[in-house]
Amino acid sequence: MSAIQPPAELVWWKQPLDKVEGTWIGIALVWSLFMFFMMPFWHIYGKQNLSSEAYKTTPQAYMAKTQAMVDQYTVRTETAAQLPVVRPPPGSDVYLLGRLWQWYPLLEFEKGQTYRLHISSMDWQHGFSLQPVNINTQILPGYEMVMTITPDTSGEQTIICNEFCGIGHHTMLGKIYVTEGGQ
Amino acid sequence: MSDNQFRICPESGLQFHKPAEMLMRAHAVVAVVILLIGGIAALLVTLTRWPAIHLLPADRFYQLLTMHGTNMLIFWMISFEIAVLYFCSSTLLRCRLATPRIAWLGFALMLIGIIVNNAAVASGTASVMMTSYVPMPANPNFYLGLILFAVGALIGCFVFLATLVVAKDEKTYEGSIPLVTFGALTACIIAVFTIASGAIVLIPTWLWSLGYINHIDAAMYRIVWWALGHSSQQINVAAHVAVWYAIAAIVFGARPLSEKVSRVAFFLYIAFLQLASAHHLLVDPGLSAEWKIFNTSYAMYLAVLASMVHGLTVPGSIEVAQRAKGLTNGLFEWLRKAPWGNPIFSGMFISLIGFGFIGGISGVVMGTEQINIIIHNTIYVPGHFHATVVIGSTLAFMSLTYFLIPTLFRKQVAFPGLAKWQPYLFGIGMSSFTLAMMGAGTLGVERRHWDMAFTNSALGFEYPASAFTLMGIMGISGVVAILGGAIFILVTVVSVFFGKSVESESSYGISATRLMRADPVVVPEGGHGAAGKWGFAAPGTFVLALFFLAIFVLYYAVNWKYLASVWPMS
Amino acid sequence: MSEETTNSGEPVRVPFMQRVLDNPFILLFIGIVFPTLFYIIWGIMEIVNIPIAP
Repeated sequence: MSAIQPPAELVWWKQPLDKVEGTWIGIALVWSLFMFFMMPFWHIYGKQNLSSEAYKTTPQAYMAKTQAMVDQYTVRTETAAQLPVVRPPPGSDVYLLGRLWQWYPLLEFEKGQTYRLHISSMDWQHGFSLQPVNINTQILPGYEMVMTITPDTSGEQTIICNEFCGIGHHTMLGKIYVTEGGQ
Repeated sequence: MSDNQFRICPESGLQFHKPAEMLMRAHAVVAVVILLIGGIAALLVTLTRWPAIHLLPADRFYQLLTMHGTNMLIFWMISFEIAVLYFCSSTLLRCRLATPRIAWLGFALMLIGIIVNNAAVASGTASVMMTSYVPMPANPNFYLGLILFAVGALIGCFVFLATLVVAKDEKTYEGSIPLVTFGALTACIIAVFTIASGAIVLIPTWLWSLGYINHIDAAMYRIVWWALGHSSQQINVAAHVAVWYAIAAIVFGARPLSEKVSRVAFFLYIAFLQLASAHHLLVDPGLSAEWKIFNTSYAMYLAVLASMVHGLTVPGSIEVAQRAKGLTNGLFEWLRKAPWGNPIFSGMFISLIGFGFIGGISGVVMGTEQINIIIHNTIYVPGHFHATVVIGSTLAFMSLTYFLIPTLFRKQVAFPGLAKWQPYLFGIGMSSFTLAMMGAGTLGVERRHWDMAFTNSALGFEYPASAFTLMGIMGISGVVAILGGAIFILVTVVSVFFGKSVESESSYGISATRLMRADPVVVPEGGHGAAGKWGFAAPGTFVLALFFLAIFVLYYAVNWKYLASVWPMS
Repeated sequence: MSEETTNSGEPVRVPFMQRVLDNPFILLFIGIVFPTLFYIIWGIMEIVNIPIAP
């Protein structure tokens, strides 16, 4: 009986499988398990894992922490709006915030050093998309995400907002400059 | 229940309950009208993202993208699926539809919801994308429309379940329900979970938009919203797999290789498919790796296993049916001599291949916890889901529509010459469209983004030239696919509203005539295997499946390699 | 419950798993409880347990 009719047999559970199905199910199962175990494997042996470290916060509290860092470590300003470029010491906690429609502040890192990068939003949801290295995360208001990152290429990286945040979404860019070590 | 409530389709032998038939027609007509609205929005959105044209201003672009998303992903799909549910229960079980009046209430709520939601978006006060992430506010009617639609669809699901009960009670069939009905049941169950999640998240959001609630937590919203947003696409997967089985049965008289295997595969969908809502939360703050890994992998990829099984058993059952008819030369004579000029078949087969090779593989790869870091919210994501929802579900539903025009609407298919080419135009256009998007996404191009040149930004950024080229290819392919979609709507509307009634023959009646009254395909002595090779009933399909696996493994490995080149992070 | 009768009335023993798959309401139960438990409830517990920033 075809698939749009009831099965011909009242009891179909005990019908033997064809070899083609049994073989394929075996192969597909092995592949599925391999893909599953690849993820914990990468947590142990891989270098690109997003931390689950996060905190609840408020825009005011987060802004205060960011501003304190900006006041302490600003090295220069850029653009007509005098955006601060902050060069925090390696290993320190770095605060980046997204708001309509700006990433604040601009950051300068040293290649090969590790930073604890905190990110949160002041208003709506934003997307942190670092290009061209291509790292993408979701940024929520009220939550502070912490990524421990080690830039291993020097040059200019651009933070693009990749979560729709209103009419000025496409202008929401930021920068992370990575300098060669020892400068 | 009087006998004159039923009609037997003279061609297919299908038995239609008249109230159910009217409901199916109403849902299908609404679905196609929405497809038209969503399609016009699609054209304008595509022409804006095609960098050389960049048609619309930013506000219009986001407004039409919102309209495109909700109409296509929610309203078109679910409206058509309710018609499929009624077909798979009332028609396939040769049973009256339970409570047609309540079903009409569901239809009315769905229709009002569609209108209310679209009016809100059209007013320009709800350009928040389908996801309407809080705390970005929308016109309250945006949420209200979705809620009304969801309640209506839930009523449809319960009418379907009630019809299964009626059929069993009234003994309109013997033994188990047909496999296709079982697939529809799978879709219905996922729909119930989806819609319930939608209510849990959208009702408070609606109250928030009206000012009765102060605050909706962004992270909580995302978890529950994606139980709606992603699972609704899993309804489509279950429904279009059921449609594949149905078309294999309709066109070839194919019987499932094994009822047990196919039903267990659907069961794995029921239990695990919905966990993949986590795909959207892999780079969200605060969720543990354990939660992400378990959910994103559908509990150890058991639902992927199920899809790989369907991907074998659907063409496998066609191969067995074709071999039984004597097409036994080589590995692929059964496929070469398939009715490629019949859009019911060609559409279904392109849907199967496109869903598996493009949508399926990309979905699993980007849903891998760590690989998502290089893909989240890039245009790769819509690339992936256009392969699953458009090539997979929409094209399968289009194919089914070519069968429903003569059987359900009793009309001849208009412009059969155009209809013959439509699945190719649509399927190939869409395939090229999705591959170009995935390529551009790999280069970091963002989704839901008006201007990849970042005009007027204080700090500029330039994508590589190849990204612009790929977005151009996306634009051209998108226009080709939309042309294919327009032909579908033209053929459907002209056939249904202006077409000639079916007398004894219809354009695609040849395949339909064999349906219920035909003898099922003769199974050779000694089971299916006797007609195949190497002791396999479907050796050609097995070779295709191995080819699929090879591409899968290769692409999976390439993406891990790409990830390994990204800055170390922990 | 375990017995199904054909139209001609002779009883047939139906295996347990087939009976599960033949019962839409058991399937509906599984299809709602699994994702609610593993995806929604577990996920919400994790969000709730995110500590407040120091």
